[in-house]
Amino acid sequence: MNNARANILARLWTAISPDDLAPFESSVAGSALELSRTERVARLKQRMEAMHAEVVITSANGWIDALKATLRQRLLNGLLYAPDTALGKALAAVWDSDLPPLVGYTETIEQCKERLFAIDASITSTQGGLADVGALILWPDSDEPRLMSLAPALHIAVLDAAKIHDSLAQAIAHEHWREKMPTNILLISGPSKTADIELVLTFGVHGPKELIVLILDG
Amino acid sequence: MANSSVVDFPKNFTKALNDPQLRHNLRSAMDTLGMRRRTLFSDPVSFEQLRATGDEIRQRALRQLPELLEKLEKKCTENGIQVHWAETPAEANQICLEIIQRHNAHRVIKGKSMVSEEMHLNHFLAEHDVEALETDLGEYIIQLDHETPSHIIVPAIHKNRDQIARLFHDKIPNTPYTEVVEELNAIARKVLREKFLAGEVGVSGVNFAVAETGTLCLVENEGNGRMCTTAPPVHIAVMGLEKVVERLDDVPPLLRLLTGSATGQLITTYFNMITSPRKAGEKDGPKEVHLVLLDNGRSKIWADPELRQTLKCIRCGACLNHCPVYTRLGGHAYGYVYPGPIGSILTPQIEGLVNAGAMATASTFCGACEEVCPVKIPITDILRRLRNESYQKVDTPHAVKGHGYKLSVIESLTWKGWALNNMMPWANALSAKLLGLLSAQLPRLPKVGLLKYWGQSRTLPKFAARSLHALAKEKGLRDE
Repeated sequence: MNNARANILARLWTAISPDDLAPFESSVAGSALELSRTERVARLKQRMEAMHAEVVITSANGWIDALKATLRQRLLNGLLYAPDTALGKALAAVWDSDLPPLVGYTETIEQCKERLFAIDASITSTQGGLADVGALILWPDSDEPRLMSLAPALHIAVLDAAKIHDSLAQAIAHEHWREKMPTNILLISGPSKTADIELVLTFGVHGPKELIVLILDG
Repeated sequence: MANSSVVDFPKNFTKALNDPQLRHNLRSAMDTLGMRRRTLFSDPVSFEQLRATGDEIRQRALRQLPELLEKLEKKCTENGIQVHWAETPAEANQICLEIIQRHNAHRVIKGKSMVSEEMHLNHFLAEHDVEALETDLGEYIIQLDHETPSHIIVPAIHKNRDQIARLFHDKIPNTPYTEVVEELNAIARKVLREKFLAGEVGVSGVNFAVAETGTLCLVENEGNGRMCTTAPPVHIAVMGLEKVVERLDDVPPLLRLLTGSATGQLITTYFNMITSPRKAGEKDGPKEVHLVLLDNGRSKIWADPELRQTLKCIRCGACLNHCPVYTRLGGHAYGYVYPGPIGSILTPQIEGLVNAGAMATASTFCGACEEVCPVKIPITDILRRLRNESYQKVDTPHAVKGHGYKLSVIESLTWKGWALNNMMPWANALSAKLLGLLSAQLPRLPKVGLLKYWGQSRTLPKFAARSLHALAKEKGLRDE
């Protein structure tokens, strides 16, 4: 295998031309989008709804009630949550007995895979959003593991309106991603979908069938 | 499908053209994909600007290729991703197998990857008692039917819902026959969920690899790619070595170009950026992540400044959707993994002209592929280069493998004669006169032999009794 590395790199380094080593002048200027907070919220909502996400604009005080109202309309066997996050603690403090029980993601995947795949719904925080394309940014971590936004059929995401960026380029720059890339970053624009049969768009193929976004605005 | 052997292209395209079902399935799908792309990139000015950016990013990455690969390896290694290098598909397969065997694994779940198709990884693993299951819906469908992808983005596009309904009913136990797309989708979801739970190793491709951070980016809609790269304890990513980009800032424009060109989407459902295996304290994600860098002729292609442009490709499939040849044949007729215009320039360079040179003839030179290419690959120039080198022995270090394979003594002599005939006015005048006189007696164009493909679709012109030269002379025009 070491031979392969040496051979490939030798071939490339040998064939490199003076042109390749000359400075590369960029002729292209990026066009930056500049939106107000209201526009960012509106655009993200419109784009994500077009991708069949359900977007609810609520407030820092009202979101748990909005969540409860949504959950009461459904028959769910549980809500997977992250007990150690601020969001998780807020939920646990005011959870009602008629709601689907909160289930903490507290064990490793090896210990809980089957149970995890059997839970109907999950709730996660988000790192932010992208207004231009309509997407959530998730930085899963030890408290909110990666499968939380993938395995359950319903994923509920809580998004702070102040953390919606104009674009991915802006998010990368403003949050200095390159200096602190986590294990995994996800952009999510809606529920899982496919068009592999006759290009007919259908939702909920392998990931969540439904995505609900609660935007905390004010 | 044929591999590393000479493709009988005439036989393949005759078969494809005479399959009305295939032509219907393809036509409606390609028209839809084209329309969606046009709707998304409706403003030509901003699209051209974006395309120029994409072209520049890919050119900049390729100029620094050896340096970026070393950097990518270094960053990935620092992040805990194990990097492997493979010169050939056989080596890449062996690397994957060894990782799989080290974990005593027999069930591999796969996300869509064209490089793994190039490696014929599934077939190889099956020979070693490892089941590799495709989990992308389209790939799953064709795997059930023992087929290969006919399109690089929508691999089962040659099939319609009736054919898929029949296939599911026949191949998946206890499955009722249904032509409802949502129900077919639900059947696949159910089967594959079980497989996600049981998968021991996940295999994926890579859309972009970012050198400065050591990040692997994956673009998808279904979530199966995320499943394969998150649920099993081991993740193997296979990648053509040209997929590296320099900076994280290079990702947003390329992502927009890729999803827009491929399916007319602003963004896919999921964009998955993987920078390390599971860290201490994290509860899921693979404990091991491996990156396999495959050369398979790419470093040789890279050495030639013109052919190198082939490697700018981001595999969006737009050139397939807009190609008048592809949209009538579908991917299988090409006989190799990468079909359509990009396949027609890439494959002959990898497999050599003797095996795959015929693919370079699958073009009308209409240039639609170049018009839509998000990174401005000069596809027609490269096609022309491949056609030229098919007929010429080239004395340069970067000649395409198999150059001069079509060289024939009869053909060379014919062209020499033609050249001579046109260099000597008397010979030209004589032959024009003879053709004019004999026009009525000339036989029809040959339908067999050397010129049969040329002759089959052409009719012989009627030669004028008197040549243009003669007519001009008569009128007293200067005839030079």
